[in-house]
Amino acid sequence: MALQDKYAQLLSAAQTHGVENLSVAEQNGVLHVSGTAKSTADYDALWALYGQIDPNMASGDLMMNIDVKAAAGAQLKVTTDSTNLNIRSTPSTEGEVVGKAAHDEVVTLVEKTDDSWWKVRTAQGEEGYAYAQYLSPM
Amino acid sequence: MKLTKFAMAAALLTSIAFTSCKPKDSEIKANVEAALKADMKMANTVVDVNDGKVTLSGECTDAECKAKCESTAAGVKGVKTPVINNLTVAAPVITTPPPASTATVLDAATQQKVKDGLKDINGVTVDFTADKAVIKGTVTPANRMKIMQILASAKVQSDVSGLMDKK
Repeated sequence: MALQDKYAQLLSAAQTHGVENLSVAEQNGVLHVSGTAKSTADYDALWALYGQIDPNMASGDLMMNIDVKAAAGAQLKVTTDSTNLNIRSTPSTEGEVVGKAAHDEVVTLVEKTDDSWWKVRTAQGEEGYAYAQYLSPM
Repeated sequence: MKLTKFAMAAALLTSIAFTSCKPKDSEIKANVEAALKADMKMANTVVDVNDGKVTLSGECTDAECKAKCESTAAGVKGVKTPVINNLTVAAPVITTPPPASTATVLDAATQQKVKDGLKDINGVTVDFTADKAVIKGTVTPANRMKIMQILASAKVQSDVSGLMDKK
């Protein structure tokens, strides 16, 4: 219960933002929060709040497994620091690089393969798997 | 009239005599059950006998057991074939996976996902304990958040006490 108190502001923000399928469960000293945010802006706001409540997010007492709502065909912005995002033949860095998307380039979501890898298509028609954390639904 | 009575009596006698020279249903049932009890897997089969016709019902562990019950019953003296086999085969046991985002097993695939994600973040190393990813290095606040997001989406708990802020 204490963890839910600590992150009360975050949990109420998740509700205010209308996070879908919001699930909150405390287990072995870790609060598990999962759901689907409506937009990247909501997602960023929730993560910013997490950083405020738990400085440096170092306590290891929150597992915020929230993704952003995106269906096949959605536009995704490449959010690497500055480098190109590799597009690979298989959902792993073992996969051969079959294309690249530049920083801030927009690609199309083909399929959410798993939590970490999404299949995307570039404007040039290159299709393959890219690491989901560097893609933000627009 | 006399003739009719006589005929009926004769018919009755014939039927008694006929019945007595083959096993009774109750005997057949006992014999079939005894034959099935020889195998533990078949021991719980329900046996019904009606005029020598045997019906098997209940639940078998597998299709092989079901077929064996039928052939065993058919081989018992006095059983009319075919045997009516109404045995059902039990559904295989399905184990349900643990709920997502509650149990964390750091298998090779999960570790690879974390490594894949951290590959593009400079100045960071990762080691794995039994249940945590230990991240060390010096990062910008934006990359720190990125690291936490990568770990969260891979459902991995972390120890970031060795992760310093870039000045």
